[in-house]
Amino acid sequence: MTDQLLYAQLLYGGSGIILVLLGLWSFLVHAPLLRKLIAINVMGAGVFLILVAIAYRGIDTPPDPIPHALVLTGIVVAVSATALALAFGKRLDQDAEPE
Amino acid sequence: MIRPLEHIVIPIGLIVVGGLLGWSFFLAVTGEAGDRLASVALARVPDSGVSNPVTSVLLNFRAYDTLLELAVLLSALLGIWSLGAAGPGFQPAASILDGMVAGFVPLLILSAGYMLWVGAYAPGGAFQAGALLGAAGVMLALAGHRNAGLPCESRLRLLVALGVFVFAMTGLLLMVLGDGFLTYPPGLAKWLILIIETAATLAIGATLAAAYLGGRPAAHPTSGETA
Repeated sequence: MTDQLLYAQLLYGGSGIILVLLGLWSFLVHAPLLRKLIAINVMGAGVFLILVAIAYRGIDTPPDPIPHALVLTGIVVAVSATALALAFGKRLDQDAEPE
Repeated sequence: MIRPLEHIVIPIGLIVVGGLLGWSFFLAVTGEAGDRLASVALARVPDSGVSNPVTSVLLNFRAYDTLLELAVLLSALLGIWSLGAAGPGFQPAASILDGMVAGFVPLLILSAGYMLWVGAYAPGGAFQAGALLGAAGVMLALAGHRNAGLPCESRLRLLVALGVFVFAMTGLLLMVLGDGFLTYPPGLAKWLILIIETAATLAIGATLAAAYLGGRPAAHPTSGETA
């Protein structure tokens, strides 16, 4: 393994880990639903970054296709979960208004 | 004022978790590479009917994974629809935005078709193409089209179920013919993948646009608003 490959993987993977931690912190500390939702999405972005870093094999070899496919799956699941959570939040707000 | 839980305990806990994660990631990338799935997958790509490794994993080696993913998308949309009708969110757009949308939506649809086709041998495929179609729907919704260019509810229900339906039917048909669930015969793999990806693209695009509306769309879109 060349040094350059290792540095690239550690840079991307490390950024992913930092994103996961920032998202987790915001998720634990902030009460509003929307902030929690954004925090979960930031955590998800961190996980995708880690997976992409693991898949990287340098410029000469093709990247590992399996983590890439997992990231595609993850993006779709994250989008649909976010949409559902936003719809729940909107409905909660609507029902709370008349009180 | 310093709240101990929020300002001391949680940050310290997170730093510990981060250190452990970073350490295990470092061990994972520097460790001895054992038998990896990647080499097995890359070696079998020529048999999969497509030459893009990511597409061959998504639509062939791990096809049931993608089928369930479409099911997740569908069930999220059903959850959104169960919460009530979509609100009349947007005003009709100003003429500049309207003109821009009129130019961009056909381009997005064209790029979606290209993405779908190119997915066989380069980065692209059903999810990217579906995302572009969904973006076209979101643009239409922002420009004041109440149903985001989607058809009336009964046809929309068929459209969003199309991906799961075609995917599952292909799998079941192959099972009845004796090949096993979603085990494509080598000669047909390319065409089966193309059929499934086309259905999935339409379903993903419609689902994303419908999810953006945030509720059940109007049953009878008024004339002039169906794009």
